[in-house]
Amino acid sequence: MFGNPTAFSNSLFDEFWRLQQEMFEGLFGDVAGPGGIRSLPRGSFPAINVINTADTVQVYLFAPGIDPKALNIAVQQNLLTIEGKRPIPLEEKATYYRQERFGGEFRRVISLPEDVDPERIEAKYREGIVQVIVQRQASAKPRQIEIH
Amino acid sequence: MATRTTEVAKQTAAGGSLQRAEQTATAIRPPVDIYEDGDGITLQADLPGVSKDRLSIRVESQSLIIEGQMQFALPEQAEALYADVRSSVYRRTFALSGELETDKIEASLKDGVLTVRIPKRAERRARRIEIQAH
Repeated sequence: MFGNPTAFSNSLFDEFWRLQQEMFEGLFGDVAGPGGIRSLPRGSFPAINVINTADTVQVYLFAPGIDPKALNIAVQQNLLTIEGKRPIPLEEKATYYRQERFGGEFRRVISLPEDVDPERIEAKYREGIVQVIVQRQASAKPRQIEIH
Repeated sequence: MATRTTEVAKQTAAGGSLQRAEQTATAIRPPVDIYEDGDGITLQADLPGVSKDRLSIRVESQSLIIEGQMQFALPEQAEALYADVRSSVYRRTFALSGELETDKIEASLKDGVLTVRIPKRAERRARRIEIQAH
């Protein structure tokens, strides 16, 4: 609109992506309520978002640059524990101006809703985001009661 | 908002190598590591969820602008229970300095980590000064 120099920049905020952004911010923008007793301060690694659907609870870990095979994901009752490490090698001969990225071992514990099924969990890693999908127990799904 | 912009503008005017210049209200300011060796400056940024085609790195009036958009397929009928991340856009800007060769910047992206290499102009690289022994 104002003569952005690259074609990419024009497409960066095109309609599809603008909508996706609005959906993301609409969903996560104002999560109300107190943080869980195991939640960590803002800026802790990895950042986590958790969503609830009718069938699943899904945990997203924003963990770029990790080896997903070295992740240890475990569920005990409704507690999800994720442990891993993110090695950040130091360039010894270089002068550092900023070191903001997290390096080292991490562990996060997330308390999931009570009705999750610890036997049915899957995890995927894509572009630095780990998605953990935990199925809920069938009896916990909302049921439509028919009126005769 | 106007006050904040002025402050940012002052910071930029103050100069300095690879200094933060601007940030919009909703975009995430990604954490970075920046280091310099004899040949140039390396910048690494955490951009989880960003693929190559949703990443833009450009130099505009001596500023390096990094922008990216997270691809995030949300299931329908989802309800958020907890959110550390509240925006799906990344943006961060750094003021460059004259000895950097901005038309030879190289960038790569792997598993959500961006690496940008900015070489120094050959004539401006540190030279080792030999001390003549008598």
